[in-house]
Amino acid sequence: MKRATFGALISHWQKHPLQLLALVVGLAIATALWSAVQAINSEARASYARASAQLGFSGLDVLIPENGTIPVTSYVNLRRAGWKLAPVIEGRWRLPKGSVRLIGIDPLSHPSASALTDATTFKLVNLTSPLQIFLHPNTKEKLDGIPDLPPITLTDSLPTGVVLTDISIAEQLLTHHGQLSRLIVLQNKSIGLTPLAVLAPNLILQSANGSQTGRLADSFHLNLTAFGFLSFAVGLFIVQGTVGLGIEQRRNLFRTLRAMGLSLNQLVVLLLSELVLVALTAGGIGLILGYLLAGALLPDVSSTLNGIYGESVEGELALRPSWVLSGLGMALFGTALASGHAFASFYKMPILTIPGFQSRAHTAGTGYKMMAITGSGLIVTGGIAMVLFDGLLVGFALLAGLMLGSALLLPLLLSKILTIAEKAASGALSEWVWADMRAQLPGVSLAMMALMLALATNIGVGTMVSSFRLTFLGWMNQRFSSEIYVSVNNDEQASELVNWLDSRGVTSLPIRWAEISSMGIPIRVYGAMDHSRYRKNWPVLQAVETLWDDVFIGSGALINEQLARRLNLWPGDELALSTDWKVTVSGVYSDYGNPHGQVLVSLSNLLHNVPDVPNRQFGLKLPLKEVPALMKELQEDFDSRDILAIDTTDIKARSLAVFDRTFIVTGALNLLTLGVAGFAILTSLLTLWNIRLPQLAPIWALGVTRRQLAWLELLRSLALATLAAVLALPLGLLLAWVLLSIINVEAFGWKLPMFLFPMDWLRLLGLAWIAAIIAAAFPAFKLARIKPSELLEVFAHER
Amino acid sequence: MSVKLLLVCSIACYPLIGSAQGYAGLGTQVSGFSNPDRSQALKFPHDHGAHPDFRVEWWYLTANLKGTDGREYGVQWTLFRSALSAGNPDGWSNPQIWMGHAGVTTPEDHHFDERLARGGIGQAGVATQPFTAWIDNWELTSPDETLNNLTVTSSSESFAYDLSMSANGPLVLHGDNGYSVKSANGQASHYYSQPHYEVTGVLALADRSVEVSGQGWLDREWSSQPLEEDQSGWNWFSLSFESGDKLMGFILRSENGDFTSGTWIDADGHAAPLQPGAFQAAPLDYALVEDRTIPVEWQITLHEKQISVTIQPVNRQSWMGTLFPYWEGPVTISGSHTGRGYLEMTGYE
Repeated sequence: MKRATFGALISHWQKHPLQLLALVVGLAIATALWSAVQAINSEARASYARASAQLGFSGLDVLIPENGTIPVTSYVNLRRAGWKLAPVIEGRWRLPKGSVRLIGIDPLSHPSASALTDATTFKLVNLTSPLQIFLHPNTKEKLDGIPDLPPITLTDSLPTGVVLTDISIAEQLLTHHGQLSRLIVLQNKSIGLTPLAVLAPNLILQSANGSQTGRLADSFHLNLTAFGFLSFAVGLFIVQGTVGLGIEQRRNLFRTLRAMGLSLNQLVVLLLSELVLVALTAGGIGLILGYLLAGALLPDVSSTLNGIYGESVEGELALRPSWVLSGLGMALFGTALASGHAFASFYKMPILTIPGFQSRAHTAGTGYKMMAITGSGLIVTGGIAMVLFDGLLVGFALLAGLMLGSALLLPLLLSKILTIAEKAASGALSEWVWADMRAQLPGVSLAMMALMLALATNIGVGTMVSSFRLTFLGWMNQRFSSEIYVSVNNDEQASELVNWLDSRGVTSLPIRWAEISSMGIPIRVYGAMDHSRYRKNWPVLQAVETLWDDVFIGSGALINEQLARRLNLWPGDELALSTDWKVTVSGVYSDYGNPHGQVLVSLSNLLHNVPDVPNRQFGLKLPLKEVPALMKELQEDFDSRDILAIDTTDIKARSLAVFDRTFIVTGALNLLTLGVAGFAILTSLLTLWNIRLPQLAPIWALGVTRRQLAWLELLRSLALATLAAVLALPLGLLLAWVLLSIINVEAFGWKLPMFLFPMDWLRLLGLAWIAAIIAAAFPAFKLARIKPSELLEVFAHER
Repeated sequence: MSVKLLLVCSIACYPLIGSAQGYAGLGTQVSGFSNPDRSQALKFPHDHGAHPDFRVEWWYLTANLKGTDGREYGVQWTLFRSALSAGNPDGWSNPQIWMGHAGVTTPEDHHFDERLARGGIGQAGVATQPFTAWIDNWELTSPDETLNNLTVTSSSESFAYDLSMSANGPLVLHGDNGYSVKSANGQASHYYSQPHYEVTGVLALADRSVEVSGQGWLDREWSSQPLEEDQSGWNWFSLSFESGDKLMGFILRSENGDFTSGTWIDADGHAAPLQPGAFQAAPLDYALVEDRTIPVEWQITLHEKQISVTIQPVNRQSWMGTLFPYWEGPVTISGSHTGRGYLEMTGYE
């Protein structure tokens, strides 16, 4: 009996394979997008955890300086007071081929070393070699050609871009003599120790979980998750439509089965089994798709994280059981959510009621109002959260409230607009078209919501990325004002280069900087020579009037926006670079794409406070048309191992490439969301198909041809898409504003001006139309080719 | 390769640790260091301090104590110096590695802790004016440049002690005026002791704090290759008889025959070196300690002084599970003479 009943239920899908396809594809896409994002996130998190465990810092508190660095004497004093600590020197080690993160440790005290007291290690230590440096094979290339390096040991256990070595070597390479970056607090329960707060009041105890980069990268992952969730939600619209249809169309069958003695509970169990089967199948397909998608996106995510936050994600995508389970779970949960309403209405269905079409528009009216009230409530809640709290999460809460709230407002808004249009329409046919559209609203409103959200996201994210890009381009033109940048390996080569340039009459501006660590964060301090290049071109955001005079006198300093926001320092405030090196902030400049703090002081100020600042990088000023010739001469006259010359146009192109790569993920997700929304329209129109026939038949009988009806079908779809797009525009712009002025500041540390791109909106409208036409094409085609007998049958079966 | 292993490799750069020869690499010939010189008379207080041109050196204090609770205690405090190369410049590039070991032994428990530091930054070292030897917050200090009156402190998670010691006898120079031969081929070290300390102080354990008193023995030794390449370890005895006489004896173990030597110190502090082979020690009983079979009971014979005694440990599990593990603990003496002492056994793999 059960098998036969199940067979009867299933046979519905054989008759309507397209519906089944829509259901499976909708659920699979939703699961795929969601699980792809989850896979990327968990891969990234695992990668961070690996890196931090590899460096042996996980789970241990750290002492960081209140400002500047920690003198070795402070470390020794704390050790002599009985505290077990491990000193770390860390900084960027600049190399001709880019910089690496250099970490110097004392193997005698480093946390992993205390575990060396077992007998097995005694056998391991038979290697006799001088002090060495350890790095990942991928990092090796950057060190090629560096003279006088200690022996290199390659290891997979360090993250790319990190060089680990003994503290004495790191100290020399970073010229951090006698200064430490931080002290790791080792497990310490010795009897009767004086508290650290008493012994070292100017050191800050940072608990194991409070790292700065972790928080930044988290914001990116939150961003991804939000995208994944949005896509999932859009996918569910499809599922809801098809499940509802599947139940509606089978009411006759259910009635027959019930009349044959099948209990309601048995029927529900069978229907549920059917759905679980579909959900698991679609979820499985979705997982495979998600895995492939994550694999394709991971390199871009990695470059995004590297470019913006300085974090690196490595390794192959691993298949984690937790990921598979959560993906399938989401598929089941999503199906349950999307089919809940259909099931509820089915459960309440009186056994012998004839399934029929009712004008659902009338009953829907009160529903719209409830949705609109809920929607307004969500928007207001988001706004209130924004006023009351701050932080990245609140920014996302505002976004979520805005998006979901607007979606819920949409049906009421559409229905009002259609009523107005209906009233304004002249002629019976056009009046019917508007009224018909309004009647169908309950069926398509979910798809419209999906489309509007997808369009708004596109406009919002697109506006943000394009605004960012435009600002970035302008900033690059100001910032890279020299025509060629040259770096050499040592000071002798530098003086040789300067003489060579002088003899050719080329102005060279030295670019000298030192990496210091202040308040536990690495800061790069640049020394600038007084030159019109700075006074004219530097991209200053806020400054005192005497900005450049203050800087070149030596009292002032410019800091980048990231540092300003992180330390809340603005023009007029004092910045302590070390205990006895204090400057007044005289201006703040924009420094996009840089995760680190930066300070610009006069060269003499820098050299006074940091002796031995290498002089190995130069910016060359020359007429643009002479650049290729000079580049060629530089390459001919200097050994390519000693010198690295970059044409500014090249830097700009490369930076822009990095920038564009950074947002590939966003773009890809954007497009996918739009595709899902288009699919949602298709499925809802298909859903409506059978229900619509009884409505179309009388119109046809009144003399409107099938071809005309088909055209009207297309036009209706276009009109709805246009409405969705028009309503999506203000929402998208609001979204862009939130992203630029709230999320960006919280996540990246910089605020961006907003630019408008009307051409992009038109392009999107075009895309929305294409989606609408594709979605309506099949029903329209079916309508144009429908047999008159089928339309006539409507009257024959008139209920 | 984990960071732990990386660290091992980094540490491997340190010759003492990274050598295959003899216990803790003490049998490895490394160039660039000074070698012990028989003609070089010891000078004090200069020689109480560090000799950074020699490869290894130690300040080694052991004490047999009795608590007011009537229990036996043994205390160890040691500062080792091991140089990657000769010299003692300031800063992290200093090649001197310092290692501190502290231990407290009771009949039931054996507690130990270890500290590591590198020279050049002040975290560990030895000063002579006044005499101070330290690593982190463990200190051995004197009010003046002599070793006559010392205080020693150490603390760890499971124990802490603060002891005062005053010497009631002269320094003892071992071997030929402090030139102590360690093998038939002439490997040697500079070696002297102050075995005459009266000790009082306080010892804290996790569950109690107790006043203690007893006798202490300080060894000072430095060399650059104190062992033959084939010598795998040593057994070292410092014995204080109730008669007031003392005996220091050691066996350097080798496949090619053991090398024994020692010093007889009579009650008034007069010291006489023993001829190689005169000091005899034979294991009587073994204990399984950390998966090793270690001879913890000994029969000691010194015919010329009519010594025939049995040595028994206060705690058979006196294992120092440090970077270079060894057995070190207090012992009691019975037989022809009675008394107390300390036993150190290294090189048991």
